[in-house]
This record gives sequence, C-alpha cells and structure tokens, in this order.
Amino acid sequence: MAKVIGLTGNEAIAYAVKQCDVDVIAAYPITPQTIMVELLSEYVYNGEINAEFVCVESEHSATSACVGASLTGARVFTATASQGLALMHEMLYIASGLRCPIVMGVANRALSAPLNIHGDHSDMMGSRDCGWMQVYAENAQEAYDWIIQSFKIAEDPRVLLPISVNIDGFILSHSMERVEVLEDEDVSRFLPPRKPVITIDPAKPITVGALCLPDYYFEMKRQQVHALNESYNVIREVNKDFESFTGRRYDLLETYGMSDAEAAIISLGSTAGTAKAVAMDLRDEGKKVGVIKPWVYRPFPDEDLIKAVGDAETLAVLDRACSFGAPFNALCSDVVAALYRYGKSSVKVFNCVYGLGGRDITPTDIRAIFNEALEAAKTGIVKEQLKFIGVRE
Amino acid sequence: MLVEVRWHGRGGQGIVTVSRMLAQAALLDGKYVQAFPEFGPERRGAPVTGYTRISDEPIVIHSQIYNPYIVVVVDPTLIGNVNVTRGLVPKGLIVAHFDKSPGDLRKRLDPYDAKVYTVNAMRIALDILGRPIYNTAMLGALLRVTPLAKLDSLIKVIEERFPGPVGEKNVAVIKRAYEEVQGDE
Repeated sequence: MAKVIGLTGNEAIAYAVKQCDVDVIAAYPITPQTIMVELLSEYVYNGEINAEFVCVESEHSATSACVGASLTGARVFTATASQGLALMHEMLYIASGLRCPIVMGVANRALSAPLNIHGDHSDMMGSRDCGWMQVYAENAQEAYDWIIQSFKIAEDPRVLLPISVNIDGFILSHSMERVEVLEDEDVSRFLPPRKPVITIDPAKPITVGALCLPDYYFEMKRQQVHALNESYNVIREVNKDFESFTGRRYDLLETYGMSDAEAAIISLGSTAGTAKAVAMDLRDEGKKVGVIKPWVYRPFPDEDLIKAVGDAETLAVLDRACSFGAPFNALCSDVVAALYRYGKSSVKVFNCVYGLGGRDITPTDIRAIFNEALEAAKTGIVKEQLKFIGVRE
Repeated sequence: MLVEVRWHGRGGQGIVTVSRMLAQAALLDGKYVQAFPEFGPERRGAPVTGYTRISDEPIVIHSQIYNPYIVVVVDPTLIGNVNVTRGLVPKGLIVAHFDKSPGDLRKRLDPYDAKVYTVNAMRIALDILGRPIYNTAMLGALLRVTPLAKLDSLIKVIEERFPGPVGEKNVAVIKRAYEEVQGDE
C-alpha cells in the first residue's frame, strides 16, 4: 500500500535512495542539494540504511569514491549541484568510461561567475557529453519515482552507465509537494540487489581503466554509444514495470495536448509543468497548443520526439542554460537535429533562453511564448529565432 | 480550485514551518499541495515570505506566487515597513498578527476590497507558551477565516511535529487563536 506524504524534492530523492538499499553513498553538500546529503548521512547514522557513507573532502573525491565502490559491485549514490558538478567533471567521464552504474541526484543550479545559488541547467548542460544518462523531473513525485527506476536502468547489463536525476534548484529542491511513496518491501521487489557482471576483487585481480591507445580506445567509446542506444528500450521496459507496481506511467517523454496542437513548447523539468498549466487555459480558449517534456534528455529521445511533434507547425524550445556561441542552445540544438534527421526540417522552431540564475518564468511569459508560436504557425514566419525571456536589455 | 497563500514574517520566526504545516494539514484532507520558502540565503531577522498552494486537483504550476488570495502577516512589525498587500487578488483575505481591531489595521494598510482579520498572537503565545513564538497561532486564525484544512488535521500535524507538552501547548495556542480571531465585516 502506498502512502501519501509531503516532501521537498531533496527529501523525496533522499527517501527514495533510502528505500533502494544502496551500499555506498559518497557526496559533498552544496546548496541547493545540501538537504539530500544531510538526510542520507542521518539515515546511515541512525541505521535506517545499511550503507557506507563516505565523507569526502570534495566532489571530485565523491565521484572517485563512487567509481571505486561501483566497480566492486556495490549499489552507489551521489548528489551534487553547480560548482560541485563542475568539479566532478573529470570523474564523470571516468564513471561512464568504466561503465559504473552510479545514480546521482542533482539540484540544478547556476554556475559562477557571478556567484549565484539559484536554479538553472548550466551545471548539467555543461556535463551533457560526459556519457551519463540524464533525467529531468517536473516535481517531487517524479524525482522520487525516477530515482527508484534509475538504479534498475543503470545497473541493467545492457546499459551499465551512470545516470543523473535532475531537479530544479530551489523550485523543486526546496518546495514541499504531495508525494505518494511506496512501501519498502515493494521497492525491494521492484529493485532486487544489483547483479554485477564483473567486479574488482583482491582474490581475483583484474585491471580496470588501463592505458588504451589508438588500437582500442575508439572501440571502447563505440561501446558506450551502443550502450546508450540500448538504454532506450531498457528505460521503456523499466517504465512499464514501474507502472505495473505503482500505476504511474513514465516514458522517454511526456506530451500534453499534442494530438491536435498547432504550436508547442518543449521544456525540461518544472517549467514544463507551468507550460502545461498555461496550455490548459489556452486550450479552454480554443487555442491548439501542446507541451512536450523530455523526461530523458540523454539519450535524447529523438524518435519519440518526432512522433510527439506530429503535425505541429511551430515549436518553441525552452533552454535554461546558455551554450555560448552556439547557433541554438542545448535542448533546441537537439530538437533541430532530430527534426532534420527525420526529414521534418520544415517545422518552424525558435529558441527561448529563460530563467538563468533562478529568474522566475511566469505563466504570463509562457502565454506570450505560446501566442508567438501560434502566430508563427499562422503566418509561416518566425519573428525571432533566439529570444531571451524576461531579461533587461 | 487552486488557493495561493503568502506568509510574511522574519527569518527565524518559523515562516517556512507554518507554510509547510498548512500544506501538510491539507494533505491529510486529501488535497494537493505545494509549500515553498522565499528562495535563497536565509537571514535571521530580515523580512521573509513563505508560500502555500492548495488545490483539489494536481498542481502543475511551478512559478512563484504573485497574486495570492490570502496574505498572513505573522510579524506585526512588518506592517508599514513591507508592502504586505502587494498583488493580493480582489476580495482576498488578510489575516494579521495585530493587537488592535481589523478596522485599525485597515487604516494602516489601505487594502482596497480585501477582508481584514486580526488576532493578538503575541498575547496568546505568552499566555500559553510563555515565549514569544506566535507562528502557530496564525495557523489557527487562518483556518477559522477560511477552511483550507480541517482543524483536526492541523492538530494531527502539530502533534506529530512536536510530540509531548510542546505539541499540546501549540494545539492550545491554535485553538485559542481560532476562537479569538476577529473580522471587520
């Protein structure tokens, strides 16, 4: 039987990790993720989870400890944000390259300089090409649900890759919401202990992460690409399994109103929720708008995205991070690439950068974006391909 | 229906706590909720706000609250110093910790067509708790003014959060504020 409790995003992630029977947690606290780490260390101290909490001196060490632990076959969790994720950068590639199925909670936060502790996606977008799977939650419930699913996805022998579950800093990490949590036994049934393929063991020594020059390095990278391609189906399988346990349906992406939408917003995370709220109002007014929310950003769900776009004529793609100097920002670049790849380059696209450093995006802002997208669908003309929402210029 | 509440107080007065307790009580009644602080660094003694959303339907909106239906002023020294009625929707409600009548507060706030309610939360807190901790009193006053959650649900939340005598005293505070809050209608 499920029970309903009030949890912030940070609390929801910590609660889920507690139920996932992790063996090792190595993490360093950083705003706005701090509470995640505090709670987990408390759970370990109280004996609520039988795990080793490694108190590290930096995020670089946190990931290093996680890599070592994961290679022994342990179930491993870490968490970070912003500068912490940036400091992990080197080790992120090692985790994916050594095929460590680490799960990481990230309370997304802006990067310095200037110093800012509020929510945006600069941190995770900076880690976009590290070979990690990336999931973005819209609310605390999704954060809870994806953590539990993430261990199963990452640890699947067809995948064996690390995964991050992202929540918008403060907006989700510090907001309490209604969360339906599973009983511990149900989580155990859904997620049995990890079955590692190869482990490091002093009794049977093996070499891991050896020097790998032009003769084999490329093949190793090709295998990572293969594993990410395999992960699409593994994610779908785990989603189906999770639905049978909970009744809550997940997929690579979620759509709202897309069956007849002329214009749509594509957004990650909590903003997709606000976009849905505005889309509901606009649809009541007879305007055909929709929302596409990729739950999974890496691997990018291009095939599902193209299906979801359907006959929509205009897409407004919202990015909460700047890819300085790029023609479009991260999410929009991927959307445009997917459209081109599937022969749908006639779909009109514009890119809206919003919410940097935690600036709020309001329903009024989103309504204006929808109206501009509808106007472009009607006239066939995109007025501005790259917009900055709510900035003083 | 979605109801949005803004809490005004000072850092250290338990504004986040009451914004969450209201949400937790509504959660027990089967509602959907959000409770969040003013995002960012916390500074003891500085004016702060907290927010609660309550709805019968799932809440998908995640922007901040600009036009609350209800404003609760926990710290009376903010009146006149902070624009507590900012963005309040027409026919909204103001529930304030204030030692004079709603009519007197109305003169200080000029709140257009909002309904104004006051309660002397400090006196209740000093009488029952013996300490100037008056955030929970405002919860009792609020639930009398508008039934966002059942009083019994709130009492359950308080008893769980503060087991033993502290909880019992806070329940007494809530009940007395519930009785004593006055409106200017």
